[in-house]
Amino acid sequence: MTLTLRALLGASVAAGLSTAALAETITIATVNNGDMIRMQGLTSEFTAANPDITVEWVTLEENVLRQKVTTDIATKGGQFDIMTIGTYEVPIWGKQGWLVSLNDLPAEYDIDDLLPAIRGGLTVDGNLYAAPFYGESSMVMYRTDLMEKAGLTMPEAPTWADIKAAAAAMTDKDNEIYGICLRGKAGWGENMAFLTAMSNSYGAKWFDMDWKPQFDGAAWKATLTDYLDMMNNYGPPGASNNGFNENLALFQQGKCGMWIDATVAASFVTGADSTVADKVGFALAPDNGLGRRSNWLWAWSLAIPAGTQKEASAKKFVEWATSKAYLELVASKEGWANVPPGTRTSLYENPEYAKIPFAKMTLDSINSADPTNPTVDPVPYVGVQFVAIPEFQGLATAVGQQFSAALAGTTTLDDALKNSQDLAIREMTKAGYIK
Amino acid sequence: MATQHSRTAARLMISPAVILLFLWMIVPLAMTLYFSFLRYNLLMPGMEEWAGFSNYRYFLTDPAFFTALRNTLVLVAGVLMITVTGGILLALLLDQPMWGQGIVRILVIAPFFVMPTVSALVWTNMFMNPVNGLFAHAAKAMGLQPYDFLAQSPLLSITLIVAWQWLPFATLILLTALQSLDREQMEAAAMDGAGPLSRFIYITVPHLSRSITVVILIQTIFLLSVFAEILVTTNGGPGTASTTLTYLVYVQSMLQFDVGGGAAGGIVAVILANIVAIFLMRMIGRNLDA
Amino acid sequence: MPDMARKTTSARKATVTALAWTVGFLIFFPVLWTFLTSFKTEGEAIAAPPSFLFFDWTVENYLTVNERSDYPRHFWNSVVISVGSTLLGVLIAIPAAWSLAFVPGRRTRDVLMWMLSTKMMPAVGVLVPMYLIFRDTGLLDTKSGLVGVLTLVNLPIIVWMLYTYFKEIPAEILEAARMDGASLRSEIIYVLAPMAVPGIASTILLNIILAWNEAFWTLNLAAAKAAPLTAFIASYSSPEGLFYAKLSAASTMAIAPILILGWFSQKQLVRGLTFGAVK
Repeated sequence: MTLTLRALLGASVAAGLSTAALAETITIATVNNGDMIRMQGLTSEFTAANPDITVEWVTLEENVLRQKVTTDIATKGGQFDIMTIGTYEVPIWGKQGWLVSLNDLPAEYDIDDLLPAIRGGLTVDGNLYAAPFYGESSMVMYRTDLMEKAGLTMPEAPTWADIKAAAAAMTDKDNEIYGICLRGKAGWGENMAFLTAMSNSYGAKWFDMDWKPQFDGAAWKATLTDYLDMMNNYGPPGASNNGFNENLALFQQGKCGMWIDATVAASFVTGADSTVADKVGFALAPDNGLGRRSNWLWAWSLAIPAGTQKEASAKKFVEWATSKAYLELVASKEGWANVPPGTRTSLYENPEYAKIPFAKMTLDSINSADPTNPTVDPVPYVGVQFVAIPEFQGLATAVGQQFSAALAGTTTLDDALKNSQDLAIREMTKAGYIK
Repeated sequence: MATQHSRTAARLMISPAVILLFLWMIVPLAMTLYFSFLRYNLLMPGMEEWAGFSNYRYFLTDPAFFTALRNTLVLVAGVLMITVTGGILLALLLDQPMWGQGIVRILVIAPFFVMPTVSALVWTNMFMNPVNGLFAHAAKAMGLQPYDFLAQSPLLSITLIVAWQWLPFATLILLTALQSLDREQMEAAAMDGAGPLSRFIYITVPHLSRSITVVILIQTIFLLSVFAEILVTTNGGPGTASTTLTYLVYVQSMLQFDVGGGAAGGIVAVILANIVAIFLMRMIGRNLDA
Repeated sequence: MPDMARKTTSARKATVTALAWTVGFLIFFPVLWTFLTSFKTEGEAIAAPPSFLFFDWTVENYLTVNERSDYPRHFWNSVVISVGSTLLGVLIAIPAAWSLAFVPGRRTRDVLMWMLSTKMMPAVGVLVPMYLIFRDTGLLDTKSGLVGVLTLVNLPIIVWMLYTYFKEIPAEILEAARMDGASLRSEIIYVLAPMAVPGIASTILLNIILAWNEAFWTLNLAAAKAAPLTAFIASYSSPEGLFYAKLSAASTMAIAPILILGWFSQKQLVRGLTFGAVK
C-alpha cells in the first residue's frame, strides 16, 4: 500500500467520522400513502443538499400512525421531530401549544401561495402550525363509457337525484358492475367522513349551537335513507367493510359506475394500475340545492412538535417537502400527474399541470369547501367532514359503527339513528358540553 | 429434603422473578387505578381533575359493555371448542402410521408461527373479502352468491381466524400426550373386545384430560387479550357485533384518548380476568397437581 | 393370513396418508397462498379466476419492499428483542422454577397462578402509564426497553414451562449430588440443567416465537431505531391502491425467518411442549 493511498484512506475515514459526528438525525412519522412513499424515496435529494442532516422514516398505516403520534405528542415522548397530521389534529394541537409555528418560513417559500381554504384549516390564531403536503376534497368519479351506454350525461355539478338516476342506469349486477361505490367501513375517517360531508348537503349537522346532537332530526334521516337506498340497490356486496382502499380496488377493476371519494384518487383511477384509466370522468360532489355541496376538505400536513431539539433541521425538511421546488422535482421524475396536489395556487396556474384531466375539478372542489362554515345552519364547530373537538374521533367511530351496521342490515335505519343520538348525548354529557 | 437451609435458598432464588413480576403488575396497575379516578383526556392536558367513580359508571353503563362481555366469552369459548375438538381429531389422525408424517406435521404447525396481524390481514383481504377474496371466487365459480363473512357473521369469522392460529398449539400438545399413551393397555382392551369408540372414550379421553386442561388454561390467557385480529378485520363492528372487552378498552384509551375512561375499563377487565383466573385455578386444581 | 393383514394395513395407511395430507394442505394453504401471491403483480393478485401457479412470476414486490423499508434492520431488531428477552427470562426463571419444583410449599400453586394471572391484564389499559415510565427512563424506542417488557410479558409462561419439566426430574438425583458435597449453584448448573436440556430448549423456542409475534408493545413503545418486523408489517397493511401482492411479500419476509426456525427445530419444540400434562 502506497503512502498516498494510505493518506487518502485516512482522510476519507476522518471525513466520514466528522460528517457522522456533525450529522443530525431527524425522525419523521408519516402515513403509508402513495405521495408520502414517493417523498420517502426522494430523501436522498434532500440529504444531498443538506449533508449535515440524516433522515429516519417511520412509515405506518394511518390508524396506527395517528395513535402513535398522538400518544407521543400528548405525553411529550419526543420520539419524532416531524409528524404527518391532518386538518383534524392541527386546530386541536395548535390550541394546546404542542406545535412549532411555521410563520417564520423564508420568503422564497411563499406562504401566500398556499391555497386559502387549505391554509385556513391549518392556521390557529394567525399561526400556521403545519405545512400542507397534499390537499384533497372529494368529487364524483364516473365511468364515461357506462354513462354513454346508459344514454346519460353527467352534469359538472350534479344533484343527488342525478347521481341516483345514474347509479340505477349503470348497475348491471350480472356482469358485476355496481352503479355506485361509497364508503361503508366504520370509522370517523372512513364512512363518517363521507356521510358527514353528504349530510351537510342535506342540511344536517352534528350539533346545534348549544352542542346538542342532531341525529333525531329529519335531515339526518333523509341523508341515511338515500345512502342506504343507493347502496342496497346499486352498491357492491360487502360494502359495510369498504373503505377508500377497497373502493379504489373495485373502481380500478371496472366494477363501479361511480365513486364519490377523495380527489387524490383521481391519479390512481387514471394511473397504470387501473383497467379503466381512459374511461373516467369527474364531476363536483353532488348537492341538494340547499347551498352546500357534499365535498370535504382535508390536508395531510407536516408539523413539528414543540420541544424537539432539532427544530432547525426539521424546519429545513418541512420547507423542502412542501416547497414549489419539490413539486418540480416530482414532476421531473414522475410526471405532473404524480405531483402532490391541492396545496399551491401556482401549481394550478402552471400550464403543464392544467393539462391533467382532473386538475381543474380538484381545485374547484377544494375551493367549494369551507371548514369554518360547513353547514346550512350555523354550527359552533369547525370542520367539514369532522368536528374539531378531541371527543370527535371516538364518538364518530361509534356512530360510524351504527351506520355501518345499518348498511350491513344488522340494524334498522331508525335504530341506528336512535343509538347514535343516545351515544352522542352520553359522550357530550360526559365531556361536559351538555350541562 | 426441605431443610431450613434449602427453604431460605429457595426464597432467594424465586425472589427475582416474583419481585420483577410484582413490580410489572403493581406499578402500571397502581398508576392505572389512580388514572381511573381522574378526568384525564390526553388531548386536553391541564384539565385533569378528580372524577370519583364517574369513569367506572360510564364504562359499565356503556351500551357496548354487555355486548363486549358476551362477545369476549363467545370468542374465547368458540376458539377453545374448535381448537380442542379439532386438536383431538388431528392428533388422532397424526398418530396413525402414514407416509410423510414429518411433512404433514410441518404443514399443520405452520399457522402458529404467523404473526397475528399478518394472519388477520391475509384472511380478511385474500380469503374473506366478498369481491376479491378466494372464498368469493370459489362461490362465484360454483354459481353462488359470495358470502360477506365480516359483515354477516363478524364474530364467527374472527373466531375462525383465531382458531386457525391456535389449532396447531392444541394439536401439538395433544399429540405429545397421545404418543405417551400406553399401547399395551390399548391392545389389552382391544383383546377384551372393546371397540374403537369405547377405547377412545374410556382410555384415550381420560388420558388426554390433563393436556386438554393445559390447552384450555394457556389458550384462555392468550385469547382474553386477542386484539390485533379484531382491529385489522372488523374494527369491532358492524355496530358492536365483534367488540370484545379488550377492544372496548382500546376504543376508550386509544381512539378517544380518554385515559381515565380507558383506565377504568382496564381495571374492570383486570377484575374480570382474575375471576376467570380463579375459575381456571379451581379447574386446574382438580386436574393438575400443580 | 398375514398377507391379507398387510394388505388391509397398507390400504388403511394409504387412506390415512391421503386424509392427513389433505388436512395438512388445507391448514397450510393460507401461508402458501400468501407466498404465491407475493410473486404476482398487483393486478394478478386480485384477478378472477385466480391463478395458482401459472402466472408470470416476478420478484418486483420484494424489490419494492426492500427499497421502501430497511428490512435488515427490522429483522435484526426482531432477533435481538425475541432472543434477548427469552434468554433473560430463562435466566430469571430457572432459579424460580427450581424453588417451586423442589422446595414446594403451601403457596406454590398460588404463586404459579398469580404469575399467570399477570398475563391477563389488558395491555391497552396500561399503555399510557407504561409510555410515561418509558419516557421518564429514556427507554422509548430502545431495544433494551423492549427486551425488558417482553421478558416480563413472557416470564410467567417460561416459569410455568420450566417448573413442569423440573417436576419430572426425580429429586433423589439432586439430593445425591448434594450428598456428594455439591453446592446449590453447581447442583443447578451441573446436575439439573443438563437433565432439563430438552425442556429448556423447548421453552426457549416457544418463547422466541411468542416474542417474535408480539405486536402490541413492540409497535407502541418503539418508533424507528428499535422497531422490529411487526412495525415493518404495519406500513404495508392498508395503503392507497392495490396492495395484496406487496403485503404478501412483506408478510412472507416477516414470517419466513420464524417459520424456518420453527420447522427446523420442531422436534425440540414438540418434545418439551407438554406443560406437565404428560406423566
